[in-house]
Amino acid sequence: MKKKFKLQDLDCANCAQKMEDAIKKIDGVNDASVSFMTQKMSIDADDECFDAIMDEVVKVCKKVEPDCVILR
Amino acid sequence: MSPKQKKTLYRIITAGVIYGILLIWSHMDSYAELIEGRWLEPLVFLVPFLLAGYDIVLKAIKNICHGQIFDENFLMLVAGIGAYGIEEYSEAVAVIIFYQVGELFQSYAVGKSRKSIADMMDICPEYANLETEDGSTEETDPDDVEIGSIIVIKPGEKVPLDCVVLSGESFVDTSALTGESVPRRATVGSEVFSGSVNGNGLLRCRTTKAYEDSTVSKILELVENASSRKSQHENFIHKFAKYYTPIVTIGAVLLAIIPSIITGNWAEWIRRACTFLVISCPCALVISVPMGFFGGIGAASSIGVLVKGSNYLEAVAGVKTVCFDKTGTLTKGEFKVNGIYPEGIDEQELMSLAVMAEKNSTHPVARAICDAANGIVTGKDKSITVSSQDESSASISDYTEIPGQGISVKVDGEEILAGNDKLMLAKDIAFTPVEQTGTIVYVAKAGKYQGAVVISDSIKEESIDALVSLKSTGVNKCVLLTGDKKNQAEAVVNELSKDIKKKHPGFIGKLIDEIKSELYPQDKVACVEQYIGELNGVGKVAFAGDGINDSPVLSRADIGIAMGSLGSDAAIEAADVVIMDDNPAKISAVMRIASKTLRIVKQNIVFALSVKFLVLILGALGFASMWAAVFADVGVAVLAILNSMRALKVDDKR
Repeated sequence: MKKKFKLQDLDCANCAQKMEDAIKKIDGVNDASVSFMTQKMSIDADDECFDAIMDEVVKVCKKVEPDCVILR
Repeated sequence: MSPKQKKTLYRIITAGVIYGILLIWSHMDSYAELIEGRWLEPLVFLVPFLLAGYDIVLKAIKNICHGQIFDENFLMLVAGIGAYGIEEYSEAVAVIIFYQVGELFQSYAVGKSRKSIADMMDICPEYANLETEDGSTEETDPDDVEIGSIIVIKPGEKVPLDCVVLSGESFVDTSALTGESVPRRATVGSEVFSGSVNGNGLLRCRTTKAYEDSTVSKILELVENASSRKSQHENFIHKFAKYYTPIVTIGAVLLAIIPSIITGNWAEWIRRACTFLVISCPCALVISVPMGFFGGIGAASSIGVLVKGSNYLEAVAGVKTVCFDKTGTLTKGEFKVNGIYPEGIDEQELMSLAVMAEKNSTHPVARAICDAANGIVTGKDKSITVSSQDESSASISDYTEIPGQGISVKVDGEEILAGNDKLMLAKDIAFTPVEQTGTIVYVAKAGKYQGAVVISDSIKEESIDALVSLKSTGVNKCVLLTGDKKNQAEAVVNELSKDIKKKHPGFIGKLIDEIKSELYPQDKVACVEQYIGELNGVGKVAFAGDGINDSPVLSRADIGIAMGSLGSDAAIEAADVVIMDDNPAKISAVMRIASKTLRIVKQNIVFALSVKFLVLILGALGFASMWAAVFADVGVAVLAILNSMRALKVDDKR
């Protein structure tokens, strides 16, 4: 399943890249992209545990950029 | 400015004022008596330091806990502490304030440019006027409108969903979709696309697609996904950024320790090492390179060309060979009356005879004749009108279609024949063969030959300019690949080259360098592969087609360009670049945008890297202060962002 999320206060392009790399490493994530330009994130992950994966995604994003909020 | 940015701004101003007062005070006697040289001095300067940079300190601590060591906040903090350690309090505060100003300006510039790109692509409709059962209308989210619902589009509103006009008449501005500024006429039965803007008529329409499948969502999705397909330049920057920060940081540590041990002058070398830390963030590059590409993609979409990714924009700049499909790409793909050869009667009489014969047929040839007669489509140089009186006064009977030959009807008792040469031969009528290429309809009345009408596909007026400007944009070879017969392909090329001397006197060489005809889709793939082989990696091969039978070759070519595909899903899917209106001249326009974008991106890379390396070297030698380092970091980033914004501007909309 592929889903898109808006990001709030994503302030630095380097962080977007770091977030993308970190999300891709999560188990069950097939593909992910974080676009600094559109302030959006798209995640392609397994259906059955999507919510659990999203929790993990929020956690790793907090690590990289504490200010950035994922609007779910 | 966002509230967050405003807050930061006020903080910086306050910190700046306090810092200014401290600086003035430090020149007075009372300062020397009270504070200088005592433990109070670092404490006093800590006030503006923390006021300006407390968020940096907090973020740095948080990130260290998360294992993010090479984080710009942390590095700035270390630089600040370093400056404090060598008793350069005032410089530490100055660097922090300057850094924050730079960051703020950078975030403002990025936000601004992101917004202007987003505005350019703002074709998203906010609501649809859904007609309810009692006839009143209701504003609804386009997402909730079902297929087949009836919506009302008021003058000046955006068309929310793809739909067919039921009643009303208007001109619809499709410029947001196609870049074409001439409005299209919309009458009963015509299809209008979401994202276009209604002119001054009220339209009542039935929706044909759900919002998520409609043109506007397709385009938005393409544009949004475009930035995730990264170009080589972006990948280079990505890799570079990964190694740059750690290497510079290690350099700083070595610079602080080794020379200090040798010379014993710790303060001086730590100061130099701090300069290193300040420039260790690769931000300028990481922001400006993708932004340049994003701007280029935005510029392309403003002229009605969708580029599906930064990598494709990069590749478009290097196109050396362009292969064209014929029908629908260089030609209009619609049949029109292109020649009238009456014998013994005038053109109008011949046309009205043809119309009387063809009126009841649905064959494309028959439609072309009737359209021409009704003045909907005009002949090449003149329009022919057949007064409706001629048609209605005559009584038409005994309509027969003779398969593979044509039509015979009786009008006022006289037999009228309209068909190909076989029909004339079968009916034993002497006729004059016509040499023009196309479909020829011979007309006879009461056993006597009256003349012929030639129907053919006509070339697009823009095709000539398109080919000429491609050649001047750096394309070496233009090829025509077609499934049609050789003589038809050659006829099109002759037609294109006919007026070339008159229209473009300076043009030297051939418009079309090679013609390959009678090709099946797989042959086209083979041809494209051959051209790719010929170029041997130096330059790219593009294929431009209308995308209906061309999916394999569109995906095989380095760059697949789909033409005139507003509303056609298969083409949008298979191609890398989609030209929303039929204009082949947009190929060279997007090539120019691509080269400009690449130029800007390269400028940014070279500029940012050279300034950083220069300041690194000067810093190591002790010539660059921390101020220069802050400029090398944020100043360069801001300049590079401003430069990237140039990519958004389209120089000419040809």
